[in-house]
This record gives sequence, C-alpha cells and structure tokens, in this order.
Amino acid sequence: MIDRTGVTTAPTAGNAVARLLRRFLPDPTEDESVAEETIELQINGQRQSADTDPDRPLLDVLREDFHLTGTKFGCGEGECGACTVLVDGVPTRSCITSVGEVGGTEVQTIEGLAQAGQLHGVQQAFLDHQAMQCGYCVPGHIMTAVALAKERPNASRDEIVAEMSQHICRCCNYENILAAVQQAVQQS
Amino acid sequence: MARPHRRPIPDLNPPSSDPLIDRSPSNDDLSIDDEPLEVERYELREPPRYRFAANRREFTQVVGAGLLITVSARTAHAQRRGRSARREELLSQRFQLGDDGIVTVLTSKVSVGQGARTQLSQAAAEELGLPIDRIRLVMADTQRCPDDGGTAGSRTTPSTVPRVRNAAAALRGLLHQFAAEQFDLNTEQVTYSEGVFRGGDQQQLSLSELARDEALQERLNAAPSEDASIVPIDRWRVLGTSVDKVDGPAVVTGQTKYPSDIQLPGMLYGKVLRPTSYGATLASVDLTPAQQLDDVVVVRDGDFIGCAAPTSWRAAKARDAIAATCQWKAGSSFPSDQLFDRLKRSGDSQGDRGRDVWGNPAEGTAKAKQTVRGEYEIAYVQHAPMEPRAAVAQWQDDQLTVWTGTQQPARVHGELCQTFRLSPQQARVIVPDTGGGFGGKHTGEAAVEAARLAKAAGRPVSLRWTRDEEFTWAYFRPAGVITVHAGLDAAGDLCLWEFTNYNSGGSAIETPYKVPHGSTRFVRCDAPLRQGSYRALASTANTFARESAMDELAARSDADPLDFRLRHLADGRLKDVLKAAADAFHWPRRVAETGQGEKPNQRGVGLACGTEKGSFVAACAEVEIRDGELHVVEVCQAFECGAVHNPRNLRAQQVGALMMGLGGALTESIEFSEGKITNPSFSSYRVPRLSDLPKLNIVQLNRPDLPSVGAGETPIIAIAPAVANALFAATGTRCRSMPLRLS
Repeated sequence: MIDRTGVTTAPTAGNAVARLLRRFLPDPTEDESVAEETIELQINGQRQSADTDPDRPLLDVLREDFHLTGTKFGCGEGECGACTVLVDGVPTRSCITSVGEVGGTEVQTIEGLAQAGQLHGVQQAFLDHQAMQCGYCVPGHIMTAVALAKERPNASRDEIVAEMSQHICRCCNYENILAAVQQAVQQS
Repeated sequence: MARPHRRPIPDLNPPSSDPLIDRSPSNDDLSIDDEPLEVERYELREPPRYRFAANRREFTQVVGAGLLITVSARTAHAQRRGRSARREELLSQRFQLGDDGIVTVLTSKVSVGQGARTQLSQAAAEELGLPIDRIRLVMADTQRCPDDGGTAGSRTTPSTVPRVRNAAAALRGLLHQFAAEQFDLNTEQVTYSEGVFRGGDQQQLSLSELARDEALQERLNAAPSEDASIVPIDRWRVLGTSVDKVDGPAVVTGQTKYPSDIQLPGMLYGKVLRPTSYGATLASVDLTPAQQLDDVVVVRDGDFIGCAAPTSWRAAKARDAIAATCQWKAGSSFPSDQLFDRLKRSGDSQGDRGRDVWGNPAEGTAKAKQTVRGEYEIAYVQHAPMEPRAAVAQWQDDQLTVWTGTQQPARVHGELCQTFRLSPQQARVIVPDTGGGFGGKHTGEAAVEAARLAKAAGRPVSLRWTRDEEFTWAYFRPAGVITVHAGLDAAGDLCLWEFTNYNSGGSAIETPYKVPHGSTRFVRCDAPLRQGSYRALASTANTFARESAMDELAARSDADPLDFRLRHLADGRLKDVLKAAADAFHWPRRVAETGQGEKPNQRGVGLACGTEKGSFVAACAEVEIRDGELHVVEVCQAFECGAVHNPRNLRAQQVGALMMGLGGALTESIEFSEGKITNPSFSSYRVPRLSDLPKLNIVQLNRPDLPSVGAGETPIIAIAPAVANALFAATGTRCRSMPLRLS
C-alpha cells in the first residue's frame, strides 16, 4: 500500500492480494529452506518441540520461541561465546548452530543450571568473585566453565586460560573470571 | 609550568545547519553541576538519520497545530537543558517508600557495567541507615525518574552520588521529624535504627508503617531541605566497602533483562536494510519479494527500508530478499592507509587557528640544546560492547514507549520526539541495565528504527543490531595524528613543548609537566568515519603521545624515565601515583634486571602517567618479544580518585580499563576501504581476551580527605604509553602508532 505521503507498508492484514497471487504464481523466495519442520528436543530437562525452519539458529529459537533470553547474541560467528549453551553436555555456540542440528539432543541453558533455588557451583563461584561487570557475557562464560569443571576437574591454569579465552568479556573482567573458574574447577 | 587554564575545545562535529537540530552545547551534566570539571568535550552531533514522512493523520495534526508541534520538540530540549530547576526537585520524585519497608530510589543514570546501580544503592543505604537489600533503584525511565543527566564523563560519582546522598539525608530528617510529631516528642527524644523510629519504650514506627501514612505522602511533596547533613566519611558503613553487585544473582542465573531481552505480547522482530557502503544511495529497489512473504511487515519511508516478522530469521529473510533487488550508487571514499595523511592535510589547510600558547615558544626554541620531534598516529577503534544496539518499541495510540540501551535516555527521548513529531509527554524511554557502553551508546538509532517498524506493524517490535552493523554503522573513537616538538635546555630540563592533535580530540591535551614555553592545539579535520565519545575520549591518544615523547626526551638526556618525570612534576596527586606505581613495581631493580640502557635484549620495562577528569593514574609495564610478537608480561598500575566508594568495584574498573587499553595499544584498529569497514567482526577485529591478561599489581591510593571522582575512564590512559616505552627499551626502536606495530 502506498499512501499519498509515499509511505509504503504491507501489514499482515494487507497482504491478502499478495497471498492470493502466490496461489497461482511461483514465488521466487519460496524454497525448501522456508519449509517448517517439527523438531523435538529436550531443553533444561523438559521435552519440547518447535515447529520451525530447521535452518534457524538455535539461539533464535531459544530466545524467541522459548523465551529463554539468558543466552545472548554477541557476534553471530561463534567468536565471542555469549551464546554458549550445552548440547549433550558439550559447549556449543548456539548462534552458528541450526536448530535442525540439535533435534533429539539435550540442550542446557543458563536458566537450567540452578536446581531448586540452589545455584550451581559455577554460578556461585562467579558471584563469589564478582566475575561480572555489565554481565552480558556471563551466561556464556558460565556454560563453558560448567562443562570444563565437569570434564576436566584437574584443569591447570593454562588449560583454563586456553578454554575461557574462547570467550570475550568486553568489560575485560578477566581477572575475576579466571579466579571464578579456578574456584569452580577446584570444587568440582 | 602546569597549565590551570583550559581552553574550551570546539566540537568535532560542527553544528548542523538544519533548523530542527538543537544547536545548544550538549554538555548537559556541566550545566547542572556548576563545577569546572569538563565532561564530554566532543559529542557526536548530526542530523537525524531518518526523515520520515508524516502519515495522513500526522499531516492533519501538523497543519492544524504545526507551530505547536515544532515548539514541543524544542520544549523537550529546553526541559532537558533547564535542569537548574533541579533544586525544586521533590523528595517524592526521588524516593518511593514501599509498605514492604523497601525504599525505591529514582535516577536517570543507567547501569552499563560500571556499577552505578550498586554504587547509588550504597549511597542511599548509607544515608537512610538501611541495609543495602532494602534499597531498590529505578534507573533511566524518562517518565518516572528525575533527570540526573546522561551517564557519561565519569559524572555519576562526583555528581549523582552526592545528589542522592543529600536527598536521602533530607528524607531521613523529614521522616525523623514526622515520627517525632506522631509520638508527640522532640526529635532528640526519637531514635532511629535500620528503618525503625522509636520514642521511648512504647512507641515505634517502621518505614513500612510510614509508607502507608497519607499525611506523610503530602510532606514528601517538598524539596529536600538544604541543611540535611550527610554521614561523614569516618562513619561510613556501606560506602567505602566492597559491596557485591546488587544485580549479581540475576546476572549469574540469566534473569537480567537487557534491552535485547525485553519481550512483549505480540512482539515482532525487526531488520533494517543497510547501504552497501558509506554514502551509497539507493538507485532502485523492489519491495515485492518481501511483501509476498507471509506475516512480514515491510516499511519504506524515505531512506528507511525495514522489515518486521514474528521471528528475526524471517525478518532477515525478507530484508535479504529486498537487498537482492537493490541497485546502489556508491559514494566517494578513500582507504584507511591514506587516513593519517588525509587528516593532517585537511587540518593543515585550516591555518594556525586555535593555538593555546604560553611563555615564548621562540625563546624556548632558541634555548633548546636538544630537540625531539615525533608524529604519532592513532587508529580508529570501536567500543564493541557485548550487547549491540537494541530497542523494543511499543505504540499505544499516540504514546510511544521504547526500551533501549543508551547512556543518554533524555537525548534519545528528544530524538524520538523530533523524528516522530511527538510532544515530550507522548514518548517514554526506559533503559534496562545494558550490555556495555564505553561511551558508544549516546545515540538512539535502534530506538528510532524499532519505533518506525512498530508504528507500521501496529505491534511492538524488537530490533537488535548485528555485530556487523555495530562495527559498521555505530560510531568510532576518532583517529588522530599528534605532533610533538619538544626541547631540552643545557641543564637537561624541558624548555619547549609544542603539541598538536589532529582530529582525535582535546581531552588531556595539556601537559602536566613544568615547561616554560610552549603551545597546544587541537585541530578539527575532515573525518571519513562517524566518530564520537569513547571511554576517556582523546585522553588516551594525548597521553600516549606525551608520555612517549617524554621518554624520548629522557633517553636524549640520558636520564632515567622515572627521574626525568619526577623532576618535571610539581608535588601533588599525579606525582604521588607515579611514585606509588614505581615503588610497587620496584622500578630501579626492574630496570637493572631487564638490562635497560644497555643493548636491547627483547625485554624491557616502561612507565607512563596521566590525569583526566580529576583522577590520576600511573602504569609500569614489562614486555617481552617472543617469536616476533610483543607480549605484555606484567603491569603495575596505581590510581587515585579521591575517597573510594567501593574498593572491589574500583579494582574491576581499573583492571577493565587497563585491559581495554591494552586492546587499543596492541591490536585494535578499524580498517576501511571503498566505503566499507573491512574488519567488522570479532574474528577480524581482535579485542583482549583472558589469554592477554598479564600479571597484575593494582594499587589504589585511597584519599578519604578528598571528594570522590569517577573511575571508569582514566585508568585506560596510561597503559598504551607504558607498553610503548617498554617496547622501546626492549628493541631500541620507537613505535609511534596505536596500535603498536613491531617493525
């Protein structure tokens, strides 16, 4: 629709003509990638299913469909770690992982860590060391540290540094993050 | 001679000729604080990015009351600027007493990681004699909060904390008086402890009971009395202690709702079509492919083209479908390898205006037995906050509410009113705690874009920039060229200091060192990129050039860099931090250990110091060249900002700034070519990571005898020159660029 001021809008309700046309005309934008599928997965211990384009990033599905906004967008290329979740226990960049790839898996997000109001040891360690400034990167850091503490309870300082350097904290609170992860690893 | 006089530095962005643009100075905080400390000496000022057409209904309004609408946009500015009315602020506007005994404090400041929420909670808890968990802060809601200015220029500590403390002390006094009246006693007969007033053994009134008293509510509609006395520093219980971040539990459980996390019923997600390069204009476009998609709202309004859909994935598909049809006409551009030549040439073409001269530079030149000339280059850098620009906009009839991450809620409110032709009462900006700012979120791009899409959609729209958008379309810390010409007299003392900054800014341009003759000058240049505030502004660049040149001078006169500086500094706070850092670092021993002054052996130590916004910093660094790479092995940094409010948060600010400064010193540089940023990602623009953390020795000089000033910025300024000077000690080669490059 174009009104007299030149503003063009196509609100949902106003798309009837276009939709009608599409029944008869091939749509150049319609390809297989737009087709929706039902994807079954476990999120934080609960069975869930998403009817969605399987190419959508897991990050978007968690945030937009399941309202789990603790997992953050930081870069969209798997470089900063803000979007890290555990897929079957493995730290995974949800911004570059499609939801189709994780069908049938167990996904754990920051919201699923605390049990019965009790913080996970890694969450407590981040609190104890005040390993947060703006805090936006913290959920991603914590998820990687959870896997590290579980998989490598004897991780050395160098191993911790190597692992956690896959993340970015732009506030550069690295001194406290290192202390927190060291505590978490030692306690596990 | 230290120079007390500070010449006002002209804005980098000249006032627009557009009549709709506010031309008054934007140093909001200055106007309300009546004090000499400078705030943001340059601020991004530009015409609105979008000119939206009035829709038919709006058009009618404009015809009917055009003057009114124009005036009301200006009124928004007038209200913001006329904050001298602050003294008439009512206690009821600053505080709300809850019947649960919680005191809510309202402020326009935002929390972007610097700790303002915790610090202001400490301030209120201190004066109200309450534990910190009985204080709640409502921050940065333009409809509810008194205007304490934007969050910039390290102003929260010296300006907002005292204001909140004064108001809280006045509230406590008023409550005390009111309780005494209820008890029919004198105020001296009434005691107070942790939210409970007691009159003798029988009578008591708690804050939750007081909160229900309507007569008290009336009394709160009063300005705070001027004679309220605040808690003296030797009786602080909450201030001065390492209180945990009040939002810590929400952060570690993922419950904090940042602007990009706000979700409203029926909300859509938005995406905006961006030009393919700076200055590119749209020659042709076909919206049809996007309009044919189900559930997608497509908006074209002037230069703005955007889509909104139930998922951001679908909105991006729609936007990409439009992008595929676009023909762009490229703008003119030049590549970043010509940047410094271009800046300098455009600056020199303006002649010699704006030079601030003291003594007689000709005499200084004549006296100089040795001179040093240096030209320093400072690259463009990006704030790159972890949360990119984001906003959620909701229209309810003609009322607009926007949740967005900005350091300047009042300014964004004005931007929205202006862009959408709203009266101030029709727009509300709310800033949830935000994922980083660093001076980079003073503008309202995402707010305007989300609001435009939401208006077309008739539903709330969330819009979050991608990292690529943030790296390309946000603004940058200005690049610059700095020239230094300095001379030493026969005794090896500074006799001449000529310092010119092209484009990067005037903050900390004055030398703190004693020198009888000299000049400083800041030159505006034609800048190729959008540029604005950044943590510590140009102090980092100017301190880098000055402290590098001081080292060159020390070397020229065979003096130890520490001795040379101390000799040229008057006694005072800067000298104190320099000595403290050098002592803690064991400077003389480290110089000897690294073999300084002998043949460069790939290890070296360096130091630097500086002051900005009333606080003082000095850093010592040890570096090592390994496998052809520069490694910062250890840093000792001393910092002084008056009386410390929260030692642990201060340390986090000190270390965070120092580490961010290492990024600008070692790796960060925005590159561009053909009107495009060529490294617009974290994989191509390297910011500091945990592996870059050197061994740290952090020194805080607490000065309970001095007023507290901000600490979020100044600790960034000394690290780059300290590392540059250490690099020279290690290699014998002077590098005069930020980031440093091994030759």
